[in-house]
Amino acid sequence: MSVINVDVAVIGAGAAGMSGAVALAGLGLEVVLLDEQGSPGGQIYRGITLAPLSRRDMLGADYAHGNTLAQALASSTVRYEKGAAVWQVTRDHQVSYLRDGRLHTLQAKAVLLATGAMERPFPIPGWTLPGVMSAGAAQILLKSSGLAPSEPVVLAGCGPLLYLLGWQYLRAGVPIKALVDTTRPEDYWRARRHLFAALRAWPYLRKGLELMRSLRSAGIAHYTGAEQLAVEGSDAASALTFSVAGKTRRIQSRCVLLHQGVVPNIQFSQSLRARHDWDDEQLCFSPVVDAWGELDVPGIFVAGDGAGIGGAQAAALQGELAALGIAARLHRIDEQPRDARAAALRSGLEANLRIRPLLDAVYRAKDENRIPADEVMVCRCEEVTAGELRKFVALGCSGPNQAKSFGRCGMGPCQGRMCGLTVTEVIAHARGVSAQDVGYYRIRPPIKPITLGELAGE
Amino acid sequence: MRTDPLFTPVASEVSSTRTVALTFNDQPLNVPAGSSVAAALLMSGITRFRGTPVSESSRAPYCMMGVCFECLVEIDGVPNRQSCLIEVVDGMRIRSQEGARDLIFQPVSVLTLEVQS
Repeated sequence: MSVINVDVAVIGAGAAGMSGAVALAGLGLEVVLLDEQGSPGGQIYRGITLAPLSRRDMLGADYAHGNTLAQALASSTVRYEKGAAVWQVTRDHQVSYLRDGRLHTLQAKAVLLATGAMERPFPIPGWTLPGVMSAGAAQILLKSSGLAPSEPVVLAGCGPLLYLLGWQYLRAGVPIKALVDTTRPEDYWRARRHLFAALRAWPYLRKGLELMRSLRSAGIAHYTGAEQLAVEGSDAASALTFSVAGKTRRIQSRCVLLHQGVVPNIQFSQSLRARHDWDDEQLCFSPVVDAWGELDVPGIFVAGDGAGIGGAQAAALQGELAALGIAARLHRIDEQPRDARAAALRSGLEANLRIRPLLDAVYRAKDENRIPADEVMVCRCEEVTAGELRKFVALGCSGPNQAKSFGRCGMGPCQGRMCGLTVTEVIAHARGVSAQDVGYYRIRPPIKPITLGELAGE
Repeated sequence: MRTDPLFTPVASEVSSTRTVALTFNDQPLNVPAGSSVAAALLMSGITRFRGTPVSESSRAPYCMMGVCFECLVEIDGVPNRQSCLIEVVDGMRIRSQEGARDLIFQPVSVLTLEVQS
């Protein structure tokens, strides 16, 4: 198998990856941008180059902004490889990927991981039933195929993406049966100390307030402080039940969309054995990076939500900062011009991130929806419940990796992506120690499924 | 199993002029070109994409972005395909995935490896 030499391999063509790749190319570096999808945009700008104008308009101006990045990518010297499933990144900068059933390997001088975020798991009774999806999944169907639920839908949980989807559904004329919000009035009060900083991020705050106002004025049934969420159904979802102020409610729907925030996708940084720390504000593990996004693995950088949730605009700026850091490491730019160019990016980034502490505090996923009751499925692939996991702990299981040998937890096809955070928190809670002490699954390549035939075939 | 589709095109969508023909568990379907297999199946009223290896319970896409692996189906004889990441192609034969499939090691591939390694 031939190995192609490049200056930089960028993984992920979302906001951070596109802006990072374009900036690197602008600095004279030879860049290959690898992405799993058939068109650039990542999740936030999913299908941006293909969406008809009417759909772009319905999705709103923030989505349409992705086209600026996609156009910059198209007119750059970046070699963009779509449909590329990266299954391995090594500490010495080898990147292996599968494309059209064929294996390719790049030897890069530096790697930029821009693998973004994924939605936080939402383990409640019945969340494995067909008809229950994440709000992000439904939004992807809207962005990439113009599809929406065929009957009045229930949106449940909390966080900007949930409300944004509601707003987009309103614009598309999609009926919403109820918004079941887990946010309680006291969450706003608790988050008040972050309000001053958030006020300095007024455009964000204004957008959020307008969004909530339009949802309210549309007359959608809006329940707040919802607890004990559960989806009913035998072979598919039929209703969402919950309680508000002690009163049980039941809303019938075949389609229940769940969301409680997004977390970094850390499969690659974990597989590289980079250091990760538990972030108690964002309730997730994030890789430890320096001011340019470099991991404690030399020459490997992370930009965007993969290094901690900041949103699309922050991600694009981080992509550019990482590009400067990489160019300096490869001696393509001196420190002084690097720092001069970085200054404007850093102040933009700082302005962008001012809203985060408020969002993290107000929409902090509730304990009961992260550390579920015994009967709730934690590992969807191998069907391991929270109760079984707690039994493993009672038998001496001290962390996620041991949970694998106790009961195959995390050993299914998703490789722990959907249960990792829940398993860490359930074990930490049961043992009475911190999530940092419990740690995360040891992630090993292949990061994406690959057949032995594909591995062997040239 | 086929029911009323859970997802349909929103009102403002111009219906796609080009469609492709595929089968799901031998049942013929016409779907818009350019969609992912998962989107195509959802808009065709498919609710059970796979049965789990442990309890054989029904599963369908959860994340639509390649993370959850709930949308695994068999496509043209190859199991464990992530239907949310694959675009529909005319003539595709898709089957729901029932029970366990070996994700990495497939018997047909073993000989190839022995010859080439």
